[in-house]
Amino acid sequence: MRVLVPGASGLIARKVCLRLASAGHEVVGIDRRPWHDAPVEFHDLDVRKRGAEEVFRRLRPQAVVNMATVTSLVMPGEERYQINLGGTRAVFDYARAYGAEHCIFVGRHTFYGAGPDSPLFHKEDEPPLALNVFPELADLVAADLYAATALWRFPELATSVLRLSYTLGPTGQGTLASFLRGKRVPMVLGFDPLFQFLHDDDVVEAIALAVERRPRGVFNVAGPQPLPLSRVIAEAGRTPVPLPEAVMRSLIGRFGLPRLPPGALSHIKYPVVVDAAAFRAATAFAHRHDELDAIHAFRAAFPRPR
Amino acid sequence: MRFDKEVRRLVDQLDLPFNALGIDPYGISKAHLVVAMTGLAAAYRHYFSVEARGIENVPPRGRAMLVGNHSGGIAIDGAMVIASCLLEMKQPRLAQGMVEKFLSRFPFASLWLSRTGQLTGLPEHAERLLEEDRLLMVFPEGARGTAKLFRERYSLVDFGSGFVRLALKTRTPIVPFAVLGGSEAFPTIANAYKLGRMIGVPYVPIVAYGLPIPIPAKMEIQYGEPMLFSGTGNEDDEIVFGYVDKVKETIASMLAAAERRRRGESPLLRR
Repeated sequence: MRVLVPGASGLIARKVCLRLASAGHEVVGIDRRPWHDAPVEFHDLDVRKRGAEEVFRRLRPQAVVNMATVTSLVMPGEERYQINLGGTRAVFDYARAYGAEHCIFVGRHTFYGAGPDSPLFHKEDEPPLALNVFPELADLVAADLYAATALWRFPELATSVLRLSYTLGPTGQGTLASFLRGKRVPMVLGFDPLFQFLHDDDVVEAIALAVERRPRGVFNVAGPQPLPLSRVIAEAGRTPVPLPEAVMRSLIGRFGLPRLPPGALSHIKYPVVVDAAAFRAATAFAHRHDELDAIHAFRAAFPRPR
Repeated sequence: MRFDKEVRRLVDQLDLPFNALGIDPYGISKAHLVVAMTGLAAAYRHYFSVEARGIENVPPRGRAMLVGNHSGGIAIDGAMVIASCLLEMKQPRLAQGMVEKFLSRFPFASLWLSRTGQLTGLPEHAERLLEEDRLLMVFPEGARGTAKLFRERYSLVDFGSGFVRLALKTRTPIVPFAVLGGSEAFPTIANAYKLGRMIGVPYVPIVAYGLPIPIPAKMEIQYGEPMLFSGTGNEDDEIVFGYVDKVKETIASMLAAAERRRRGESPLLRR
């Protein structure tokens, strides 16, 4: 199968490319970030620009895996909005125009938002909550919902919208891994939410399975059971630093504590935990690494800084 | 503490899917349970000297819904029901309550409630716990029930109907229970609703002796025989409220019987 991967330079996306290539698929990557010595065909292009359309036209991919979205932790403001929404739109438009059979949008489980009255184990039919307190999530939420409109707009195109839980493992990629990078990890005093995450390799496997099984619809993707943040921090060999919320708000980004948008505090006070039963049923996905494996793999690759 | 070992043994006997760290998929933590239950066990045995009758009516395994009355201005009733299911059952079980939403906004309350399996009161949580064959604890009077004053202590306020619909939908037996003595332990004479709104809680109970600390009144919990209704959960209100009334009447009659037993006896002398 010919598979096009926009956003191929991300560390997880690279692994997805390699995994698909090793399964015999013809893989082509696009990204405006470079990928030196890429072992698959790679184009250093912005997916929203003309050159990208040319790649679609020439390759005529059967499957497209859109991994070209960014989070507010990586890039603030307007540009992120353009990439997440403009990029997603371009990918779906090209996919349809050039005869793709399947398009996967790789989104995030933070879609559901974190709040005091949101349930554990969100199902796919739940609306996004708590955008009012964390507006930085709005573009990813909009991109997710926009991608899902392809299900009725382009019925001939099989569309899978994946809402992946956090990634944790040897690549150190992802929001949770960045949060855990330092020696000390801040927590909001009196709160210890559950965090749900998948080992890097399981994320790769889940996306590859989605390419091969073509499940239509919106799917939460998660593996092992969630763990309280304090246990994740401790198992990662870091020191949890519980701070009263008011102090926390004024300290984030300083003294070696990670930088976070203010709304992100709700994500370290309240859990975002999803029910991934539908994805497992549709693809027979089973995680290979449990929650402790994932943390320990991260810890081995990123030991506690001195 | 004296109970530590025994509570730890009971917590170890709980039939919950704990992982290698002693944490279950809902975030229930063995370590937190041992601490919390040690405190509850001491209160259960020595402070409130709880007497539990009919505990054999609580199924040792499989889904079940404990449904009872609120007794007392704060949730001592729920805490003692949880303690009785852990301490008195041959196969100890963890009763999981549906907590008022406002509590999860508070630091520490949020943490300890979730680590001990007391989830925010959402229909999604209730249904999921039952589908996973857990023991759910429901107070259909809600916050209006804890707001009952001392003089209303043997009465019941209106029951919601959600619990019966859920029991029908998930084919769950309802185990009715009556709690007595919570109102003697925490005799509310008035509720300050305005003050409550100011600090983000439904109301602040005012007790006769000033301090908002429960006094060591004897408490009783009576469990009734399981009631199983058949249906789908989509029945008309008329039918559902018929079942609600049956449960309510059962609890009311257990309360009345227990009240007759207690009448004339000072809660403090009857130890």
